[in-house]
Amino acid sequence: MSELLSVKDLVVDFRTRAGNARVLNHISLDLQEGEILGIVGESGCGKSMTALSVMGLIPSPPGNITSGSISLEGLELTSLSSRKMRDIRGNVISMIFQEPMTSLNPVFRIGDQIAESVLLHEKVSKKQAWARAVEMLEKVGIPEPAIRAKAYPHELSGGMRQRVMIGLALACKPRVLIADEPTTALDVTVQAQIFDLLRDLQRDTGTAIILITHDMGAVAELADRVAVMYAGHIIESGSTRDILDNPQHPYTKGLIACVPHLEDTPTDERPYLEEIEGVVPPLTELGSGCAFAPRCQYAMDHCRIEVPVIQPITDRHKVACFKVTEGVSA
Amino acid sequence: MWFTELLILAFEQETDVSTIEAEKQPTSQSPFREALRAFRQSWAGMLGLIILIAIALFSFVGPMVYGVDPFEIVWAPLTAPGEVATVPLGTDQLGRDMLAGLIHGGASTLFVGLTAGFLTVTIGILVGSMSGYYGGAVDEALMRLTEFFQVLPALLFAMVLVTIFPPSILIISIAIGIVSWPATARLTRAEFMRIRNLEYVNAARSIGAKNNRIIWRVILPNSLAPLIVSATLTIGIAILFEAGLSFLGLGDPNVFSWGMMIGAGREYILDAWWTISLPGFMIFLTVLGFSLVGDGLNDAFNPKLRER
Repeated sequence: MSELLSVKDLVVDFRTRAGNARVLNHISLDLQEGEILGIVGESGCGKSMTALSVMGLIPSPPGNITSGSISLEGLELTSLSSRKMRDIRGNVISMIFQEPMTSLNPVFRIGDQIAESVLLHEKVSKKQAWARAVEMLEKVGIPEPAIRAKAYPHELSGGMRQRVMIGLALACKPRVLIADEPTTALDVTVQAQIFDLLRDLQRDTGTAIILITHDMGAVAELADRVAVMYAGHIIESGSTRDILDNPQHPYTKGLIACVPHLEDTPTDERPYLEEIEGVVPPLTELGSGCAFAPRCQYAMDHCRIEVPVIQPITDRHKVACFKVTEGVSA
Repeated sequence: MWFTELLILAFEQETDVSTIEAEKQPTSQSPFREALRAFRQSWAGMLGLIILIAIALFSFVGPMVYGVDPFEIVWAPLTAPGEVATVPLGTDQLGRDMLAGLIHGGASTLFVGLTAGFLTVTIGILVGSMSGYYGGAVDEALMRLTEFFQVLPALLFAMVLVTIFPPSILIISIAIGIVSWPATARLTRAEFMRIRNLEYVNAARSIGAKNNRIIWRVILPNSLAPLIVSATLTIGIAILFEAGLSFLGLGDPNVFSWGMMIGAGREYILDAWWTISLPGFMIFLTVLGFSLVGDGLNDAFNPKLRER
């Protein structure tokens, strides 16, 4: 396994009327070939921004990569010309979006849309591109792909459209697939199907996947490794086992406690679902100290003064929390 | 062109759903085809379409059937309709055949309407799409330009253009096009601004599509519905505009148009009603036809008004 994508010390700022919002604050991530990395966190914590930075699709203005590097197999993406970046998008890195209902162009046949992606990146005839589209539809489990390729997006259900999106994203055999909350808009049963599909495709093609989600269940099901984000920081990362069985950061613990469990017996008294008090603070109003401190029940004085830096506590498990790291050293 | 497709679709036979065999897959319909199917159910749109087809037949097939030269003096001036069998709709102040005038005037009126409409939509879409897609400084500059043309008194500006250049119907069409594109540009810009942040545009970017491709292949097809409706109405307005210019004596003197007939006959309004009422009625009918078609298209494209 070698390093495919590596994000180092990435800082992204949004200049808004309310002030400067640091949406990504010294983010470091790495993705190995053929692995599934989960990025979890609440809404507005910077998950999608991480994805968009890697894609080079940050809306600019107001967004801007202030510092840091994103390198794909040694190629620095942040300084790449928009033309070179276009060649990479869809070809080496592609992305699937949250809303399958709106991420397909409503006026073109789905086959044409997949074929278009192929035509943009490969020197093939229209006929070959169409054949590839049909093949992709078959791969993502669309019945009667030759007929369905001629369908328009409004003729398909949400689950089918997400399958089409996955087919579209994988049509050029990308090395990295970014799945930005691919199942948030779908039924639970369909969610399971999409996860199975992603896992199978990942196994077949060896594409590395960055799975962005707020659903710990999805992470448990799919991801090899997990990074937990809060207010633009990565506050904990490690293998899925480490994070789920042995969460260190109070926020990660809270996230895991939030997942509802089905009771063993119906007679069990129904426990209250745990929640994390408060909301993610506005990014323009971050003071000094740990961003999670105002919501953290263990917050110490130290936490309100200085921002904790992410540090390894075991081989691959890293945490950014004074309580954990100081507790270890003391 | 969408207009011819509309004509074909409008009179296409609808398949009876009950007779479809069980194994047959229903064929997929593009959103445009679906809208045009809905158009056929709108009585206003269909009535407008029939009026327009009748007028087109009258103007383009008419000269072959009724071969009188509209400039030729055929009878005594100001002969009333029905008075003499050889000039069924009477003669104008110079003794020229009214029916021949109406027939030949139709072609130039429709030419001006369609050319000016086409020009309006083309300039409007070009300016509006650039402005709405790129935003920022491009938008700022193009919108100031649009406002400049919007605050120009349209009739005066068109009069100046027609006075400077030789008054051919092409120049008149261009003048009308130049003064009327700002509304289309603003509409296009609004549609582009709405659509450019939708997910399928981002999805197109994420597969590596270029800006050009996104503008013309992704956003424009999705913003066509209101543009088609406004284009139809624009043609009607352009025809009225031409009539106004011709009425003021700024039309092409070598070509018959309905507006020119009204302008020439205005002194005889009390003595010979037909010299202005007949071309006036033709203009009314044509503009009504375009408005009704626009209305029908609006109903067809607007899913809120369309019954499923």
